[in-house]
Amino acid sequence: MSEVQEAIVEKKSEPLFSKKNRKLISDPLNDSNPITVQVLGICSALAITVQVQQAVIMSLSVLFVLIGGNIIISLMRNGIPDRIRIIVQLVIVAALVIIVNEVLKAFLPDISEKLSVFVGLIITNCIIMGRLEAFALANKPGPSFLDAIGNGLGYAWILLAVSIVREIFGSGAISFPGMGQVKFLPEGWFIGNGGFYENNNMMILPPMALVVVGVIIWIQRSRNTKLIESH
Amino acid sequence: MEYINIFVKGIFIENMIFAYFLGMCSYLAVSKTVKTAMGLGLAVIFVLGITVPINYLLENYVLKEGALTWMGAEYATMDLSFLSFIMFIAVIASIVQLVEMIVEKFAPALYGALGIFLPLIAVNCSILGGALFMQERQYTDIGQATVFGLGSGVGWWLAIIAIAAIREKIRYSHVPAPLRGLGITFIITGLMGIAFMSFMGIDI
Repeated sequence: MSEVQEAIVEKKSEPLFSKKNRKLISDPLNDSNPITVQVLGICSALAITVQVQQAVIMSLSVLFVLIGGNIIISLMRNGIPDRIRIIVQLVIVAALVIIVNEVLKAFLPDISEKLSVFVGLIITNCIIMGRLEAFALANKPGPSFLDAIGNGLGYAWILLAVSIVREIFGSGAISFPGMGQVKFLPEGWFIGNGGFYENNNMMILPPMALVVVGVIIWIQRSRNTKLIESH
Repeated sequence: MEYINIFVKGIFIENMIFAYFLGMCSYLAVSKTVKTAMGLGLAVIFVLGITVPINYLLENYVLKEGALTWMGAEYATMDLSFLSFIMFIAVIASIVQLVEMIVEKFAPALYGALGIFLPLIAVNCSILGGALFMQERQYTDIGQATVFGLGSGVGWWLAIIAIAAIREKIRYSHVPAPLRGLGITFIITGLMGIAFMSFMGIDI
């Protein structure tokens, strides 16, 4: 904690990769991870983690919207009246999400179909609003940009971890955008082809996403004990 | 009969929390006590019950392809559906502002208890999710849309009340330290989701 305070009282002009700026990127990966610690952006994190490729596309979309929103709001921060700031933020984020949605529809129609309403729901993804409220409204564009990257990556690695677990156990394969599904086991081993291996279909079902995230939180907190809550 | 079916489906089978994880942020943050959970749950039912039909009208008379036919034949091929995100969120934000003002005036105690979460209903995924699912599923009349909105709202309310009650009790049990708080809430929600899956296949 004392390190953070020292970093804050450091003098104003600083190089891009100063200690404080590096902290903006590295903190959200662990100590203040948007999903497991700040509890932001859970909805989409759980719903689209059945396959790795959806998770990758979703993370990139969120990263784009987060960076765009953070920079725009940070540039406008002195001109936005306090009372209507939520509506201003919503409109800017909605415009960015419309861009993402149209691009996905045009170039990746299959994935866009699978993500269905969850692309639209990036608008109300709490990560975006949370970071705009908590960071971009009070900071210059440079740090806001780094904060957006840090939080976007913090979100992405949880999504990847959850989707890798769910896809390996649920379908015995991993899929990357542009590569299709890569199966680990020979086709003949699966029970449908007369083999012995059966996929755990439970992993595909929605409730297991919650349990997997719960277990990730458990692992993270048992290694990083300062995050433990009292209740 | 159709209406009852949509209503029951919204509560149990296509539950906002357990099947689609919508509104998880406020679900996790406000579910520490049953009292505040009740307030937020009721607010969500109310807002969903109003915004889904309004957005239904917007979708069918302004945004959808051919929806502007009532303005004249030359508008029949107009397709404004790319604007739907921005229109839906604008409607939702203004309705939420209204609800906030009403609650502040008539129930100041509840307003104090809900604190910052009332304005955040505007960014509660379940509200926008309700509108987007309404758009995707193409309900045939406004009655169905309204019933769907209310059903989803009741489903959300049920979920948050249940988890709040469990969390009040779990305070007295011996949870492993790293799992306390957030972790155990996730796992319990997962178990509740599995329980809710037993409703699948109900068709009235």
